[in-house]
Amino acid sequence: MPDDANAFQTALALILGRDPDLIGIVALSLKVSLSAVMIAALIALPLGAALALWRFPGRGGLVVVLNALMGLPPVVAGLAVYLLLSRAGPLGELGLLFTPGAMVIAQVILVLPIIAALTRQQVEELHVDYREQLTSMGVSRARRIPTLLWDARFGLATVMLAGFGRASAEVGAVMIVGGNIDGVTRVMTTAIVLETSKGDLPLALGLGMVLLGLVALVNAAAHLVGESARRRLG
Amino acid sequence: MNEMTRLDATATPLLALEGVGFHHRGQSLLHPVDLRLEGCRRTLIMGPNGAGKSLLMRLAHGLLAPTVGRVRWEGRLPRQAMVFQRPVLLRRSALANLTYVLAIHGTPRRQRKSLARQALERFGLAALETRPARVLSGGEQQRLSLARAWLVEPEVLFLDEPTSALDPAAIKAVEDAVNDFHRRGTRIVMTSHDLNQARRLADDIVLLFDGRLIEHCPAETFFTAPASAEARAFIRGERIW
Repeated sequence: MPDDANAFQTALALILGRDPDLIGIVALSLKVSLSAVMIAALIALPLGAALALWRFPGRGGLVVVLNALMGLPPVVAGLAVYLLLSRAGPLGELGLLFTPGAMVIAQVILVLPIIAALTRQQVEELHVDYREQLTSMGVSRARRIPTLLWDARFGLATVMLAGFGRASAEVGAVMIVGGNIDGVTRVMTTAIVLETSKGDLPLALGLGMVLLGLVALVNAAAHLVGESARRRLG
Repeated sequence: MNEMTRLDATATPLLALEGVGFHHRGQSLLHPVDLRLEGCRRTLIMGPNGAGKSLLMRLAHGLLAPTVGRVRWEGRLPRQAMVFQRPVLLRRSALANLTYVLAIHGTPRRQRKSLARQALERFGLAALETRPARVLSGGEQQRLSLARAWLVEPEVLFLDEPTSALDPAAIKAVEDAVNDFHRRGTRIVMTSHDLNQARRLADDIVLLFDGRLIEHCPAETFFTAPASAEARAFIRGERIW
């Protein structure tokens, strides 16, 4: 059994020495999760806003489903994407399984409900304030979507960061559809699982520290954005 | 329209409320009202709190649909704007709040900024152009929402107690603005519970009490020879509810 303090020192050395393996893993993690958040946001922001503005039969059910999907277990999302992309699956011909592309798809599915549900909530609250004024100005419902998204921009930045937090921290989905292939689909979380089970604690610990630092950074950014918005915009 | 070019006042549309009433959850908030607002005048809707002033205004402006009766504009639907008691401004700069309304009304992009700056100038807000609208003072915010309405070139302007939260100087600025609108040919419909304000501004007065229309008459008649007991009591400042 390796000495824990020793493992910690080795981990620090890996980080400070910018170990190429570690850098590669961190870079891929960021690439996959950031792409997933961007793609999810492109769909979820207008979707959430539309859901806040339109009343139609079945809307309540849709909102409940969206809220429930916020808690979708990553392994289930991973399994669904796996079935979709596997050779015999409907999208098997794309040959995406065990590529970063498949990982992005799985994370989009995880992040999209979070961004859409929280966007709906924020836009709906803002619209309570704005409704009469926008109606008075003759602003159409479709035109209200960009207006409200822009005016809720600081709250929505926090929402996107929450989505990024979920994407970068999950392990189940990327493990199943990525396969944790060294140098191809290995990201921070899957590497930590593997290295821990192999007993290579320094690399696992180093990656854990980077991941923790990243999550802390994201939260700090969310806090700062919210605070400065409150100060500047009242 | 940058200077005081008059809107075509001869064509000021006529607003007719025909048996307009409003119920909510079995409660009648406004009993059926028949009201005709003609000509380019300044109408003040008066009455104690809870009389239905704001409700009547929202029905007339079309923010709410009446549960009975109908709101009819004779001829065509005029350009309208409304200024609220608590200004609702976008979370953007003062200038961006004005260019937004121009964009909504289809003003070409190149003209928006200069038109918006002229409106800021007119309402004494030129120095605040880049400031976020929601950190402006109450009076400045109300002037900004008046500037926004000004850019719409409304034929009818609704104002819902626009001065009730303001200090005397800001009240004067709003009242001057209302008169500027009127001089440009905009019909004014405004709620207030301030009798002095009514004396200063009103051409005619609509008195509401407890969701009922009590009186609609020229301001002079209202103050010198009110027809109803409620109006006499209201002018004397007595409780009529």
